Amino acid sequence: MAYSEKVLDHYEHPRNVGSFEKGDETIGTGMVGAPACGDVMKLQIKVGADGVIQDAKFKTYGCGSAIASSSLITEWVKGKTLDEALSIKNTQIAEELALPPVKIHCSILAEDAIKAAVEDYRKKHG
Amino acid sequence: MTFDFAASHFDLFEQPARFAIDARALDARYRALQAQYHPDRYASAGDAEKRLALQIATRVNEAYQILKSPLARGRYLLTLAGVDTQEETNTAMPMDFLMGQMEWREQIAEARASGNVERLEALNTELRGEIGDLEAELGDLLDADRLAEAAVAVRKLRFLEKLDQEIGDAIEAALF
Repeated sequence: MAYSEKVLDHYEHPRNVGSFEKGDETIGTGMVGAPACGDVMKLQIKVGADGVIQDAKFKTYGCGSAIASSSLITEWVKGKTLDEALSIKNTQIAEELALPPVKIHCSILAEDAIKAAVEDYRKKHG
Repeated sequence: MTFDFAASHFDLFEQPARFAIDARALDARYRALQAQYHPDRYASAGDAEKRLALQIATRVNEAYQILKSPLARGRYLLTLAGVDTQEETNTAMPMDFLMGQMEWREQIAEARASGNVERLEALNTELRGEIGDLEAELGDLLDADRLAEAAVAVRKLRFLEKLDQEIGDAIEAALF
């Protein structure tokens, strides 16, 4: 199976790899895992006082599609409000990266990760 | 030739439907079933009978593989109880477990990068211990009918199985 050019681009030049400092109140962290393939994804968002996501970082262990999906979603959420970030659907990621059906679960993982990160941020800020 | 395709794998192997299994009895029954339905025994039979024997032999193999593996056996027990283990769809795992998975991956990647077979072997031993503990936990949860938690244990085991493969691949890569 050949990866699409966009997957390869994000895989070879992943955007926003890394972590924010622990204990920072403006950070929301989402961590999810896909049992079927063993992929683990950590996604963090840094949220401004205006409720807009200023920055995002990720760390993913998994296949090229999982890395590309997380890289892409960290690009997409920047400048979005939390609600806008929540409205991102895995199908949009899958379409943008032209993921084959067997790799759709990688895009689901990215969608679930951003949801978990927003939820974590909201929990911190009641 | 009569065969009950609707019977459970446990019934087929004359084992109680529970997690703990008598491995010797399982193997003995497997050999008996294999002998009974082996395609060679039906070499002179009609096409329909040959086909049926082949279907049965396939089913026997499938059931044996499932009952032999703790992970597959646990999953099967949950399926019999009507519980979906959601290994394809449920991505919400306990945070500390996922952090642990990240650490495992980092350590394997590090040892792999430096070709440190000894370290990989040590990780493998540690992982075996974790898998054993988790399998025991899965058995306890199933026995106690705590099925939702048992499904989480199955999902966790699935991750550990993947780690096991990765360590195996890394050792292979370091040796050859």
